[in-house]
Amino acid sequence: MDPIVLFFLLGVLARLARSDLRLPEAMYEGLSIFLLITIGLKGGVELAKVPVGPLLPQMGGVLLLGLALPLMAFPVLRFVGRFGRADAASIAAHYGSVSMVTFAVALAFLVDRAVSHEQYMPLFVVLLEVPGIVVGILLAKVGGGRQVRWGTLAHEVFLGRSVVLLTGGLVIGWIAGPKALEPQAKLFFELFKGVLALFMLEMGLVAAGRIRDLARTGPFLVAFGTLMPVVFAAIGLWVGKTIGLSAGGAMLLGTLAASASYIAAPAAIRIAVPEANPSLSLAASLGVTFPFNVLFGIPLYQRMAEALYGG
Amino acid sequence: MQVHPRKLIVIITEAALEPLLVKDVLHLGAHGYTLSDVRGGGRHGARDAAWEGDRNIRMEVICDEQVAGAIAEHVRAEYSAHYATTIFTADIGVLRPEKF
Repeated sequence: MDPIVLFFLLGVLARLARSDLRLPEAMYEGLSIFLLITIGLKGGVELAKVPVGPLLPQMGGVLLLGLALPLMAFPVLRFVGRFGRADAASIAAHYGSVSMVTFAVALAFLVDRAVSHEQYMPLFVVLLEVPGIVVGILLAKVGGGRQVRWGTLAHEVFLGRSVVLLTGGLVIGWIAGPKALEPQAKLFFELFKGVLALFMLEMGLVAAGRIRDLARTGPFLVAFGTLMPVVFAAIGLWVGKTIGLSAGGAMLLGTLAASASYIAAPAAIRIAVPEANPSLSLAASLGVTFPFNVLFGIPLYQRMAEALYGG
Repeated sequence: MQVHPRKLIVIITEAALEPLLVKDVLHLGAHGYTLSDVRGGGRHGARDAAWEGDRNIRMEVICDEQVAGAIAEHVRAEYSAHYATTIFTADIGVLRPEKF
């Protein structure tokens, strides 16, 4: 088993056993900054090597995927899950947006198995992060409700840590190029998996802390949190193939579609849709979907990609 | 030592509200504010700051009675229905009244 997954399980066990283990907040924040910048830089360096023209239709396809995912999740939550409009829209926003850590684990999974993929995929992480949140908020507001402070919200969504650091890393990598970044390679690229392992320990602690909420929210969210990602992964894979990605690239896009946000979306939704219950969306995205993707989803999506690409 | 009476208003709420609250209290006439990160628990469950979404802040504002009333009423009307919120005021004395 992948050591990254084992670190995650250690975190889960420690939390379930009520260990006092806890990563200091500053360390957690520092590690997440490191991961975001590194993923951005990696993508940016590779972006510098490819022509921009053929990328544009791919970017368009990915944006459409980001807009479509919450629109598909919403009716399921509203009519099958019988959630109120605000809660259904909030959960849809979380599933429309993406999880950077899930992407990082999938990336490490492919690198370990020497599966080739488009190296500029981090660009798509940025593109998929925001649309889902915006569509989710609009879905919540269709039926009226409080006025949204769009100014404050736009600030929250577009200048949040993850968008700034990923975009910043992409631009720095793109402008500087691989040669200029060589002196930094030891810090950013060689330490990546170690830092990811530490971060996964923290993710295990946090995810296990959400399990208690699940007992209260009922079985629907558990079913939704495991089945929806598989459906979304299939859609992401299909979009990936349609826009001409390799099997590895499509697998990463499928993983992104399957992942649910638990950093950017909760912060934005809390401000924009206060009437939504945050423990529902976090229990699903953090307590169910994140562990599911890390433990079972990522290997499954890889197999689905192999099947789709016939090999 | 001569002290001048003022109101201290304390708002303990979710960290997500910080940017909104800062704007609101300054707009309502506060001259300044102090923020700190805190942990606690209550009707909205244990908010133990283990995750970004669980973080709480404590905002303290020293102001005159009128501004304190406006802030308290605004926070109550705007945020207390959906956010974990605690508001209280206290009578205090300050040394430099022109500051508040």
